[in-house]
Amino acid sequence: MWEYTDKVLDHFRNPRNVGVIDKPDGIGEVGSMACGDALKLTFKLDARKRISDVKFQTFGCASAIASSSALTEIIKGKTLEEAEQVTNQDIADYLGGLPEQKMHCSVMGREALEVAIHNYRTGDTSKKILEGKVVCHCFGVTEEEITRVVRDNRLTTVEQVTNFCKAGGACGKCHKDIADIIAKVRGEIRESAPVEVQPPHKLTTLQKIKLIEETLDKEVRPALRKDGGDIELIDVSGNQVIVALRGMCANCQVARFTLKDVVEAKLREFVSPDIMVEEDKP
Amino acid sequence: MKKVYLDNNATTAIAPEVIDAMTPFFRELWGNPSSMHAFGGQVRRHVENARRQVADLLGADQSEIIFTSCGTESDNMAIRGTMEAAAGRLNFITTRVEHPAVLEPARMLKDRGYNVIELDVDSSGQIDLGQLERALGYGPALVSVMWANNETGVMFPIGKIAEMVKAAGGIMHTDAVQAVGKLPIDLRANKVDLLSLSGHKLHAPKGIGALYVRKGTRVAPLLLGGHQEGGKRGGTENVPYIVGLGKACELAGKNISEEMTRVAAMRDRLQKGILKKCPDVRVNGDQAHRLPNTLNISFLYIEGESILYHLSDLGIAASSGSACTSGSLEPSHVIRAMGVPFIAAHGSTRFSLSRYNTDADIDYVLKSLPPVIEKLRSISPFGRT
Repeated sequence: MWEYTDKVLDHFRNPRNVGVIDKPDGIGEVGSMACGDALKLTFKLDARKRISDVKFQTFGCASAIASSSALTEIIKGKTLEEAEQVTNQDIADYLGGLPEQKMHCSVMGREALEVAIHNYRTGDTSKKILEGKVVCHCFGVTEEEITRVVRDNRLTTVEQVTNFCKAGGACGKCHKDIADIIAKVRGEIRESAPVEVQPPHKLTTLQKIKLIEETLDKEVRPALRKDGGDIELIDVSGNQVIVALRGMCANCQVARFTLKDVVEAKLREFVSPDIMVEEDKP
Repeated sequence: MKKVYLDNNATTAIAPEVIDAMTPFFRELWGNPSSMHAFGGQVRRHVENARRQVADLLGADQSEIIFTSCGTESDNMAIRGTMEAAAGRLNFITTRVEHPAVLEPARMLKDRGYNVIELDVDSSGQIDLGQLERALGYGPALVSVMWANNETGVMFPIGKIAEMVKAAGGIMHTDAVQAVGKLPIDLRANKVDLLSLSGHKLHAPKGIGALYVRKGTRVAPLLLGGHQEGGKRGGTENVPYIVGLGKACELAGKNISEEMTRVAAMRDRLQKGILKKCPDVRVNGDQAHRLPNTLNISFLYIEGESILYHLSDLGIAASSGSACTSGSLEPSHVIRAMGVPFIAAHGSTRFSLSRYNTDADIDYVLKSLPPVIEKLRSISPFGRT
């Protein structure tokens, strides 16, 4: 079971403000069945333009229901300008915290509120405001949204981004894009910090072996794998690198010819210009 | 509050008879079975007796049973040990719905350049034997197909599959962790080479498992450093747990007809009752070939974790294939492989029974569950409007 706080369990067991308001002033729907959670938020304003009534419907886990319930309690009585200041962290704090893997539930609450306010101001009923390009196609998460969770919650890893907004949680194809966004946001944050200059240095043997492994992994293996083959690093001695072909490549003459040229070229490019590659002879 | 445990595919209660059988091996009979003195020597025969009890349940010879620490170790040993012993001459064929203890080694083999084929399943969770036949055509293979699926209870035609694998010159492994103790298994009557089982799924404690290795099958050991288990698995024998597993297998043999009749009848009553009382549900998996104790059912428009927490508040233990319960963001790989639509996948719930359940348990669930489903649907934005 998850480590839910008593407050999360209370709001899950006894959700406040469940339902749909008839003729609401604003309506926000986010999430989808495919994503595994979805939230429909409706609110009504009073004469002083404060949120006098707010109701929700949620499809999702215990923390999704609790986050929605908490959101309605937090924004009741607020003006839209005040409500706009509510962050996903406020929702999590109200509940005494959420497990990190469940932070996306609080983000869903904040998004629904955003969409509902947008709906009140523009009449736009789109389920989700899609600004900028979609980065995670599995869960339909945009660059804008990822940038916002990274900045608001000071995230540093792809895994954290997945926990907060689900992006990257399925096929994983967008992991690199998410990493780029993190780097970009963190670059903005760090802009004023002095840039450290690293002096050039000679590789230690250990660093060299690691770099060779990395280069084989990134530059050589993918091509061999396509044909059901593989390459293994057997030994490194000075500038001499000994490798062995595996799988389908082990019996392939063409592979043997290209071995020296391709592998050597890659290792010279990425590791050191004086590398010599040899095949392991049994 | 009443407590109803319907999560027996996750783990089972330890049978009191098993605990009684184990206790002396903590208090008095703590010797090392390999020792050349009476402290240890008298323990050896209890280990061998347990080996016979396990073998008897499977219709095997006791020399064909290797004790391991769990089902996962058995699966790893069967797969990695066989592939290693074959020195690269085998392909590996399995299904998309196996337990991670099989799928992860499969992915490791793939990364090392082996030909690995994962067979698809249809919407009822069954594999296509034609696809297996074609996969076997690529050359000799180790084939690992589970006897019964842990999430849906769907049983594969292991006898037939083993025939095909042997005819093609391959080696047949089956992860029978969910089947042993629930179904009659007779390894004299089929051609399975390797079979994994786990103690805690059949009322023995966690931390003990076994691998059946048919005579003449070559498997390299995973654990080196001891002559135990005929050199196939180093490490001093976990005597109390081995004795416990033996006793649990003996009990399972006696109770197997009860599993097939009384437990199956309770499961069927649970299924019928839910279908009658809750609209918008679907049963997942091939109902004609299903473990007698398992019911996997999807409640549309709501999410599994919420169902489990409400049931837990009512003293009922079940399990779900929903994304939220797995800690990942996607619903269970089994449910997805079957092509269950998202609308049903997130609300898939598994009830798995044992011989310790009673009719009163089923009555209690049938009384408690419908209001939970109704309550969650009243909160959900989906469904009937």
